[in-house]
Amino acid sequence: MTEQVIQLEKVNKWYDDFHVLKDIDLSVEKGQRIVICGPSGSGKSTMIRCINRLEAHQEGKIVVHGTELTNDLKNIDLIRKNVGMVFQQFNLFPHLSVLDNISLAPIWVKKMPKKEAEEIAMSYLEKVKIPEQAEKFPGQLSGGQQQRVAIARSLAMNPDIMLFDEPTSALDPEMIKEVLDVMIQLAEEGMTMLVVTHEMGFAKTVADQMIFMDEGRIVEQAKPEEFFNNPKSDRTKLFLSQILNH
Amino acid sequence: MSTSIANNLSHNKYYIWIVKNLFSSWVNSLFTIIALIFIYEVGSFFLNWAIFEADFRYNFQGELITDRILCSKNIVPGEYGACWAIIYVRWDQFMYGFYPVEELWRVNLTFALLPLAIIGVLFDKIPFRRYFIYFTFAYPFIAYFMLYGGPGLSTVGTNKWGGLLVTLFLGVTGIALAFPLSILLALGRRSKLPIIKSICVVFIEFIRGVPLITLLFTANVMLPLFLPDGVNPDNLLRALVAVTLFQAAYMAEAIRGGLQAIPRGQVEAAQSMGLTYWQTTRKIVLPQALKIAIPPIVNTCIGLFKDTSLVLIIGLFDLLGIGRAALSDMTWTKLYYEVYVFISLVFFIFCFGMSRYSLYLEKKLKTDNS
Repeated sequence: MTEQVIQLEKVNKWYDDFHVLKDIDLSVEKGQRIVICGPSGSGKSTMIRCINRLEAHQEGKIVVHGTELTNDLKNIDLIRKNVGMVFQQFNLFPHLSVLDNISLAPIWVKKMPKKEAEEIAMSYLEKVKIPEQAEKFPGQLSGGQQQRVAIARSLAMNPDIMLFDEPTSALDPEMIKEVLDVMIQLAEEGMTMLVVTHEMGFAKTVADQMIFMDEGRIVEQAKPEEFFNNPKSDRTKLFLSQILNH
Repeated sequence: MSTSIANNLSHNKYYIWIVKNLFSSWVNSLFTIIALIFIYEVGSFFLNWAIFEADFRYNFQGELITDRILCSKNIVPGEYGACWAIIYVRWDQFMYGFYPVEELWRVNLTFALLPLAIIGVLFDKIPFRRYFIYFTFAYPFIAYFMLYGGPGLSTVGTNKWGGLLVTLFLGVTGIALAFPLSILLALGRRSKLPIIKSICVVFIEFIRGVPLITLLFTANVMLPLFLPDGVNPDNLLRALVAVTLFQAAYMAEAIRGGLQAIPRGQVEAAQSMGLTYWQTTRKIVLPQALKIAIPPIVNTCIGLFKDTSLVLIIGLFDLLGIGRAALSDMTWTKLYYEVYVFISLVFFIFCFGMSRYSLYLEKKLKTDNS
């Protein structure tokens, strides 16, 4: 018996006249790992940003953990507490130390005592293998270390869904692996993950569903072996040939 | 042996610096020499005037100076410099205005407590900071009680206040009240709520579009019209309102500049973890925005501190007003240089202090390696 944790039904979104998301239907089961790819401007980032309401959709229905996303701030807060997000640009808080970055939300959102929050922060720093950087400021870390801190920061809220918005796109090539390793580890632990990425090696390793988006639509959704070996749409074939054979 | 080598080396170091920076070419040498002559001429002229050839309390004949005609420069024209006796004789007025002499200890105590009240706000690594902050919040009430009076203390109307007391009162209170107001205005101006946004925009643009003098006149003449009958705030309070609003509008724009420099991703990251608008603002946005805005904020504070001298046109005797009053006294008239140099010096000390503090803050808040 699988549990639906995210459901998108006929979701539409416009930026003024520009139709970014067109009739998106998607359902995610608990523990599922979905990798979303597609050319830039295809709406993949916008779609996952709608799931924690960083962007508002105009039509259709988004339900997370049985709570529907509307303008109701209570619902939004409830969902955000359970949905972590990792950004392309890390978005660490530069004025706070690494430890404070991670313990901030547990202290202020979960009202956890400072000491306990810092212990949790340390445990997640150990998980991403940089406990020795706890007292440093983000500006003193490498890109890969920063992104691992950002992952730890999200995990510290103990979310059951993680959204990754091109987590390795801003990294130097030699740092990509250290971030992907952390994400693979998370996947192995059974975290529900939606990952926007072009790291096809990563996708083949962890994804149990692949989604290809273009011009605001989900063009193809399939299991990885089928997606890579036998894509149905021509658009997907073209895209895959471009990113796999360069 | 080894020390003489070290001496030689350090001597060399300075020698090399001087040759490299001041005498690297003959044009450079020429400018260096001209500049040195200029500095020497101006500096020696000023020091002679202000110190070596100046009168302090006694003139060259050893007489106590109680009148400008006793100044050495007025006895032997052309031979002597400044006559600082005017500052000495009128010191109390420069500091306190017309505050009753027997109550001056109250002002002195208030002045003495001021550093204790602001130290907790300015520095975060001092011991017992929490108690200093408590004191910061208690200070306005203590200051009001001490300066104005209340149970056990005789009332001293603000019409008797003057000099540095009024300058500091307007400057410190104006900045302290304007700061929180300006944060709200800056946030309001960026709000998505149309009514709040337009109120803030109209307020900021209106205040910025009007000279402070006009605001002071307006506050002086028109404020009573808006208030119920019988409520008649005194002149100093009216000036304070005008100065605070003026400062708030300018500071709000400085802070808005800082707010705009914060990348959207900062807010998104905070929101994605479930922080509310106010938590995000307080913990993430403002600390960064204020840090970026330190130079322009301090700039407006320095501007405001000096602009308080404009209150003399609505009949208040701030430091400058008291100086002008001193000059209009027949006993001391025409000692312009002494009075204005002294007033400049006092303003400079406070403004320079603010400027240095802002540099210190910028350095302290730096968190990257750049």
